[in-house]
Amino acid sequence: MAAIREIFHRIVSFFHKQQRDSDLEAELQSHLDLAIEENISHGMSPEQARRRALVRFGGIQQAREHQREARGLPWLDILLHDLRYTLRTLRRDSGFTTISILILALGIGANIIVFSVVDTILLRPLPFPEANRLVRIAPKVSKCGASCATYSTDAVQEFQRQNKSFSDFTGYDAFTAPGNWKLTGSGVPVPVSQIDVMDNFFHTLGVQPLMGRAVFTAEESKPNGPPVVVLSYPFWKRQMNADPNIIGKAISFGNTPTVVVGVLPNTFDFGAIYAPGTKMDVFTPYLYDQVREDGNMISLTGRLNPGVTLAQAQAEADLLFPTLDGSVKQGYKGGYTARLWDLKDFISGSLRRSLIVLWGAVGLILLIVCVNLSNLLLARAAARSKEFAMRSALGAARSRIVRQLLTESLVLSAAGAILGLALACAAVFYLAHQGSIALPLLSSIRIDKTALAWTIFIAVSAGLLFGIVPGLRIASGNLQDALKDSAVSTTGGRGTASLRATLVISQIALACVLLIAAGLLLRSFLRVLDVDLGFEPSRASAISLDFNARDAAQRAAGDREVLHRIQAIPGVQTAGITDSLPMSRNRSWGIAAKGKHYEPGELPGTFLYVVSPGYLNAIGMRLVKGRDITWEDNDPKQAVVIVNETVARYLWPNEDPIDRIAAIGPTDARVIGVIADVRETTAEARSGWQMYLSAAAPQFGPADSQVVIRSSLPAETLQPTVLAALRQLNPGQPAADLKPIQLLVDRSSSPRRFFVYLVAIFAALGLILAALGIYGVISYSVTQRTQEIGIRMALGATQRTVQLGILAQTLRMASLGIAVGAVASLAVSSLIASLLFGTAATDPATFAIIFMLLAAVALVAGYIPARRASRINPMVALRNN
Amino acid sequence: MPPEKLEKLEKLDLLQGTLDLMVLQTLAVMGSLHGYGIARRIEEVSGDEVLLNQGTIYASLVRLQQRGWISAEWGTSDNNRKAKYYAITKAGRRQWAKDTAYWNRLSTVIARVLATSTEGGL
Repeated sequence: MAAIREIFHRIVSFFHKQQRDSDLEAELQSHLDLAIEENISHGMSPEQARRRALVRFGGIQQAREHQREARGLPWLDILLHDLRYTLRTLRRDSGFTTISILILALGIGANIIVFSVVDTILLRPLPFPEANRLVRIAPKVSKCGASCATYSTDAVQEFQRQNKSFSDFTGYDAFTAPGNWKLTGSGVPVPVSQIDVMDNFFHTLGVQPLMGRAVFTAEESKPNGPPVVVLSYPFWKRQMNADPNIIGKAISFGNTPTVVVGVLPNTFDFGAIYAPGTKMDVFTPYLYDQVREDGNMISLTGRLNPGVTLAQAQAEADLLFPTLDGSVKQGYKGGYTARLWDLKDFISGSLRRSLIVLWGAVGLILLIVCVNLSNLLLARAAARSKEFAMRSALGAARSRIVRQLLTESLVLSAAGAILGLALACAAVFYLAHQGSIALPLLSSIRIDKTALAWTIFIAVSAGLLFGIVPGLRIASGNLQDALKDSAVSTTGGRGTASLRATLVISQIALACVLLIAAGLLLRSFLRVLDVDLGFEPSRASAISLDFNARDAAQRAAGDREVLHRIQAIPGVQTAGITDSLPMSRNRSWGIAAKGKHYEPGELPGTFLYVVSPGYLNAIGMRLVKGRDITWEDNDPKQAVVIVNETVARYLWPNEDPIDRIAAIGPTDARVIGVIADVRETTAEARSGWQMYLSAAAPQFGPADSQVVIRSSLPAETLQPTVLAALRQLNPGQPAADLKPIQLLVDRSSSPRRFFVYLVAIFAALGLILAALGIYGVISYSVTQRTQEIGIRMALGATQRTVQLGILAQTLRMASLGIAVGAVASLAVSSLIASLLFGTAATDPATFAIIFMLLAAVALVAGYIPARRASRINPMVALRNN
Repeated sequence: MPPEKLEKLEKLDLLQGTLDLMVLQTLAVMGSLHGYGIARRIEEVSGDEVLLNQGTIYASLVRLQQRGWISAEWGTSDNNRKAKYYAITKAGRRQWAKDTAYWNRLSTVIARVLATSTEGGL
């Protein structure tokens, strides 16, 4: 009780200092008056009485101080005092303050940004209740993209019934495409991205709807059930003007009135979790019976029963999955395997190493910043050594001076942290609202409490780190030396100089590590950009075509008309139609050489593309042999196919594949051409099996329709003309965008681009900071040696020798730093080896270039002070003292 | 220690916290008193054996007051001077009883320990 009371009173007293002080003054005065009075009454003279009273009282100032300490918050008083003093000195030295705060803001800001990214993608749990029970299920080996990552409707429903590990088991249709639906009813149709999800999809994830419901009924999941839809939050906000009474209203998609049954919360972003870099607008029920015989359709997610481990569930899946039917009706087994992943691991596992490297890179930046600040503070401290010596001589304890210096560095780092936080907020806002970086969960990035705590941690540790060295250095300085030191050489002596040189060397070493990592990653990135994709993305663009033909003949006629009109547009060189673009959605079937025997599972799935004549030419794929598809390739008895080189080599080794017959499922097709391999998923993955089928042929149906246009005009210029032509042919054509094919390629390499750019920016920052460090130290040593240089020049040293001497000093530091950095880089580069593409972790060219770069930068940083030194006028220098 | 040196013992330095107890004791016995009065009283009772700068009691007074053990009020002295008068509170009396008991036990024990060590030394 008494303790709490005392703390309370101490705080009150702290805020009523003046009143308490005047009260104390009055009390002390009355004390002395009483004492004097008593002494006089004992017969002393007034003078004597007064002296005696003061003697008995002891030190009045001391009594005041003790009383203040006993009643208030003395540590806070000291802190405030230090703060006031710090602010005063920092304001006086505004150049130093500005530079320090800027450097710190960059270092700390970069750390907050990267921490937020790492926290969002790696550390924070997924935004679902009990997210650790969520599991992604995918085949153990995937050879053919989406078709091999999915399961058939029958298989999924059998597993739902038989398993004991999952409380809920669900999935979505993996074969959707952006803008596959259109919102009709008012003016030009708007493209909408729609996806079918199983009835219990949102229930399994634990997503609670903002309004209405997010579960579909059994009736709604039937082929002729009532059409219903659940809207995403952004779509509801944007297209429905956030209508609060939307539930139960019907909106038109492709002229089908569809009832809105629910709106999802803002926190749920399908793309962020399952398809980075895309946005899903509306969710509709998966119609089990409609697609039951369409093969592998569903991409799976499950929620484990409480207490079931991933290993137990995996064991059960290993037993059950091979027994599941591909189709009960057609009577074949799916030959399934399943690997269970923690959903979070599945989403971000492959990014872990990149993110950790990034984290390490900003950590290095912060270290470099700290070293730089230490150096600046040391230089400043040297100039202030007299001040501290004076304070020490007047009785300041060493701890008090260190405390004062630490207050200064903490104030600097706090200011840097605040500015850095502002920078980070802007960057994080940008990252959350861009759509072109295909990193999962990025749209949910924000600066939250964890990031703020991290900021405080970083700011305090940085402040302590760069403040402690100069602080101890100064406090341990020899008082007498500092006081009697001559005006010119108020340095901390030889010790400080070598300490500063050590700091600069470590800075160069750190920058070297960063630069080498950035160099290797950059080189890898260039290699990726340099890959022969098998098609020519530049100058090609694609627009989604409204697609509703009854049969192949009508489709061919429609396509022909569309291509005819588009090719007539001035500036268009050529055009073609495909159902899927490279590096976009994909599906796969099987292909085999007819009449040959293959082991089950020997042949991988083959990506198939249903295309019009001229498509290969429009997207810039290269025919190696044979001919392109023509409009006449529509024989119902004889299908034709173009395969890629990989397929041709495997199915017809050492033979001419042209005119051979291939079996595509139950259909026979004559090979009419071979094209060069195309990188169909990313530039980094090797090409798989690909085949191209005629859209005019009745045997194969396209899944979608995209017009690819090759033109010298930019897509934005072409867009209105193309759209007008399409809408003239078909008023139902939605207002889709004509998108450059390059965007697809860029998106597939965007994670690498993102990491490379960030690491390169950090490395550049590190280089600049190191250059500043070198400049600072050399320049300082020149100032310090002005007299010495003057004497040398008076004794006959030429400008050239002086300059060379200083440059040699710079080079010594640089080469030491580079040597240390090179050794550290070798260790670090093996850590990032798995992130490199077509580049060895010890790539000599990169190492050599970075060494030369560092040496060159060091020389430039040293040259400026060297030049100044060589201009020293000996007469002036010698007179100076 | 040779016995003759004991005679020349200097004034006692106050142990940490003992001044607080002396103030409490003074107020408990004397009732309401001002700072000077308390200081004088302690000097008198201790027979001038305590080394007390009178000023130091003000830290003690404010500490006791903030803990709620004594109360303070400005008043007028017998010879018509304004002075701050302190009085012990109920909580202060409890604390005084507690501290006194503790101090008595401690000094008994210390005395006993010192006695045995002298005997052992012989």
